[in-house]
Amino acid sequence: MSYFSDIYNGFKSLINGFKVTHKYFIHARKEIITVQYPEERPQIFERFKGEVIMPHDENNEHACTGCQACEIACPNGTIEIIWDRVLDEETGKKKKTIDKHIYHLSMCTMCSQCIEACPTDAIVWGQGFEHSVTDRTQLTKVLNNPGSKIRSDVKE
Amino acid sequence: MIIASTNNFFTEIISFFSDGLGWGFGGEILGYTAIAVIYLIFFAVAGLYLVLMERKVAAWIQLRIGPNRVGPWGLLQTIGDAIKLVTKELTGTIKADKFLYNLAPYFPIVAALISISVFAFGESFQVFDINIGIFFLTAVSSIGVIGILLGGWASNNKFALIGAMRSGVQVISYELSVGLSLLTMVLLTGSLQLSEIIEVQRTGGWLIYQGHIPAIIAFMIYMISGTAETNRAPFDLIEAESELGAGYHTEYSGMKFAYFFLAEFINMFIIAAIAVTVFFGGWLAPFDLFDNVWFLQPVWFILKVGMIIVLMMFFRWTYPRLRIDQVLTLEWKYLLPLNLMNIVLMAIMVWAGFTLPWPF
Repeated sequence: MSYFSDIYNGFKSLINGFKVTHKYFIHARKEIITVQYPEERPQIFERFKGEVIMPHDENNEHACTGCQACEIACPNGTIEIIWDRVLDEETGKKKKTIDKHIYHLSMCTMCSQCIEACPTDAIVWGQGFEHSVTDRTQLTKVLNNPGSKIRSDVKE
Repeated sequence: MIIASTNNFFTEIISFFSDGLGWGFGGEILGYTAIAVIYLIFFAVAGLYLVLMERKVAAWIQLRIGPNRVGPWGLLQTIGDAIKLVTKELTGTIKADKFLYNLAPYFPIVAALISISVFAFGESFQVFDINIGIFFLTAVSSIGVIGILLGGWASNNKFALIGAMRSGVQVISYELSVGLSLLTMVLLTGSLQLSEIIEVQRTGGWLIYQGHIPAIIAFMIYMISGTAETNRAPFDLIEAESELGAGYHTEYSGMKFAYFFLAEFINMFIIAAIAVTVFFGGWLAPFDLFDNVWFLQPVWFILKVGMIIVLMMFFRWTYPRLRIDQVLTLEWKYLLPLNLMNIVLMAIMVWAGFTLPWPF
């Protein structure tokens, strides 16, 4: 006799499903969660992994010492550091300084190994997500601004 | 030669060509061709807008907006899709049976287009008012199965064949339920002719009101069997887009795929139109308001058919898919005995006079 209780339970489950769906359909106008890009911008959170950037302060100074920890940590060679030993005026010793910090956005897998490896927090995650370009050379970025140098208080 | 009982809009067209212009029998043929062209255009456009409606309704249920970029509110979206499908290359497999492969897409759409010629869109908008209306509809919709089976076989693809076999067994099983649930309502009207059925509803209230409990059970069984007939909604293991490739139409592309796809949407319209005619009063307005205004009748018909189609779309996005053995269990173990018991119940009710009268 579970035949009839099967039918009854099946019917009740159909009604249950309908209760959920009809609510969404009737209140659709208030509850739509679509963001109509490009007219409306979505809300981007701090922790979003868009691309790797090197923040510069108002004196155009960054915190990168040229230690190459990020280049070694990167699993597929996305980061290339061009560095040189430059004579430091104050102490008279030769110091390693960074010339260019090259970042190939086209190869980056967003694994965060470079950011975790950096000892001075020179590179962080940026929130930009609009990376599509028509010219592939625009995806090879130089992260330090031209003419910038390291901040004076960054420890080795 | 003209198979309509009363003078209506379409007989006017035919008699314009044959008697008005004086072309006789050739004029009749021309008149019928003109009606066929009108219906084809109407149903091609209806098919396109049903696809768009499906996408919008699905989106509203899933808390998002459907297509809204191509044309205002996305109205030109399916025209864009149709242009894309027409310009696609008609690929074929080398070992496919060429003749059957090319023949298969035409069966479902021809069956669908024959079925829509008997519907009553209004009092004077019915082309063929034959006296075996309901019987004709269930018989012709069986022709569509041939297209599915041929498509699966001629594709020379094991998985398309499995999909086609499953679809064939599903469609022929649920045709039984469709026929029997419509038979339940014919007990109330006493006639298979579609215009007679609507005449009974005009004087006595809608049939779902007249035969209360058995009619509501028959309506629910009809909706379930109808969505299974058209391979839609929870019964679409055959064309399940994420499993089995695409079932019997895996090897079709471009215009041939568009035929199968369009045939599915027109079948959905047919199932909804039969439900509206038999259960909900066809082109009659509720409480018989303004029944004689001729241009309101098709409007009410299309409105009611639209609501049933939205109900079928709800089924698609609410319920999980059934496995093929669950589909067959449902039909042969539950729906068929329920249907037979329902017919007996309705027969007892009609004999004892327990149908609800219409007080207005």
